[in-house]
Amino acid sequence: MTPELATPELALSPLARERQAYRRSRARRSTLVALASTVVFAVAVAVGVTSAPGWPRVQDTFLDLRVGWESLPAILSGLWLNVRVLVVAEIGVLLLGLLIAVLRTLRGPVFFPLRALATGYVDLFRGVPLLIALYLIGFGLPALRLQGIPTDTAVLGTITLILIYSAYVAEVFRAGIESVHPSQRAAARSLGLTHRQSMRLVILPQAVRRVLPPLLNDFVALQKDVGLISVLGAVDAIRAAQIASARTFDFTPYVVAALLFVLLAVPTGRIADAVAARATRRQGLA
Amino acid sequence: MTPVLEVRDLVKRYGDTTVLDHVGLTVDEHQVVTVIGSSGSGKSTLLRCVDLLEEIDDGQILLDGVDVSDPRNDAAAAQRRMAIVFQAFNLFPHMTAAANIALAPRVVHGLPADEADARARDLLDRVGLADRADAHPDRLSGGQQQRVAIARALAVRPRLLLLDEITSALDPELVGEVLAIVRGLAADGVTILMATHEMGFARQVSDRVCFLDGGRVLESGPPARCSANPNTNGPGSSWPV
Repeated sequence: MTPELATPELALSPLARERQAYRRSRARRSTLVALASTVVFAVAVAVGVTSAPGWPRVQDTFLDLRVGWESLPAILSGLWLNVRVLVVAEIGVLLLGLLIAVLRTLRGPVFFPLRALATGYVDLFRGVPLLIALYLIGFGLPALRLQGIPTDTAVLGTITLILIYSAYVAEVFRAGIESVHPSQRAAARSLGLTHRQSMRLVILPQAVRRVLPPLLNDFVALQKDVGLISVLGAVDAIRAAQIASARTFDFTPYVVAALLFVLLAVPTGRIADAVAARATRRQGLA
Repeated sequence: MTPVLEVRDLVKRYGDTTVLDHVGLTVDEHQVVTVIGSSGSGKSTLLRCVDLLEEIDDGQILLDGVDVSDPRNDAAAAQRRMAIVFQAFNLFPHMTAAANIALAPRVVHGLPADEADARARDLLDRVGLADRADAHPDRLSGGQQQRVAIARALAVRPRLLLLDEITSALDPELVGEVLAIVRGLAADGVTILMATHEMGFARQVSDRVCFLDGGRVLESGPPARCSANPNTNGPGSSWPV
């Protein structure tokens, strides 16, 4: 709470009023300094870039407003595919990631195969480059010509993204599960809750709340990696930009696509911040 | 009559350290038995073993005459008949006080949600916290948290209540409010096994006091005899007389 919010007329001593005035003048000064340094920095960058010897060429091939405007509709409709893939992938990643994480924390010899399977899954899909996984699944799976295997490149791309990102998200969830103090499990067990009940009602709610910020960070990363499904031939924003660029011999469509991806990522970033702040508030800053 | 709890020759080791060395004790119905001893004497370990939170190395734990330490018996079923209050409260931070208390009656004992909630609010009233039912644990003082923890333990209507140094983590001025509740429970005839440092309190409420030192029971008997005049002060005893 800032001191300005308190009602200063409410019987403040001259000493306090004088100090408040001083604090306000310091705050004004800080704002001015920040403004000035930002302007100086921006001008320096602008002058530096525009005075580069290749600037006219760059401006011509990367920042052609007319080409950008004409390519916008195609890129936007490509982006719609990205958004749809993203939503499906995020839901899939949440479910599969949580499942793998819980499998990895199972105890008892009966569950050894499940534990081993989950560990192997994480090792494999966290290690394999996304691009190679896209090729293997996107081109290899349909080549088997099995009944019921999807051939749509967007669907195959979504499956690959879910497989890869679940491995990361599973580790985030597992870190959360293991960060819940063992005394919480002891308390749950002493009340007679079974392992599953303790997990579902006591451990996981605390674990998920704790890992929300890193989880949303992974989702921002997923958001742009959704564009990689273009290598399979799905006409998403990046593919649409590539097509437009190939027609005009101009790179501006890529810049347009990049800006759109940034715009898409900004709300997720703000949501992540808000969620983290809310979690801190609810835990009472303790 | 079969005692509610009988511990026979209990041995618990952590690596090379023997924490409990052939400990035996009994708690009869409606009795309060107190285990006293210095830090590291094995009080907490004894209670955790009784609640089957630790695997024991030798001996037996009998609840109503049934050996619950036998791995062939259902540990969860035995745990449902006991309740423990921990030194560090161990409330669930993501639930309100009422939800903490209602959880076990609802998911373990199958009480409908509204009945479980009503029981939780009754118990909160009993520990003097009716107005804090919807507060999360981090909004409660240490003493209040421990009172909620006691209510949570009572919610499952345990055959045996275990109190593990429940005032050790509290500021001195908060100890009184928690001990007052335990005094009330003892008067109501709740069967209690507790570990404590509060000698004076142990003398007031206990039917029997058990001196634990170096993992062994040095002395066991009615509180007046035991604490005022310990007739054993064996080698290695760290208990200040």
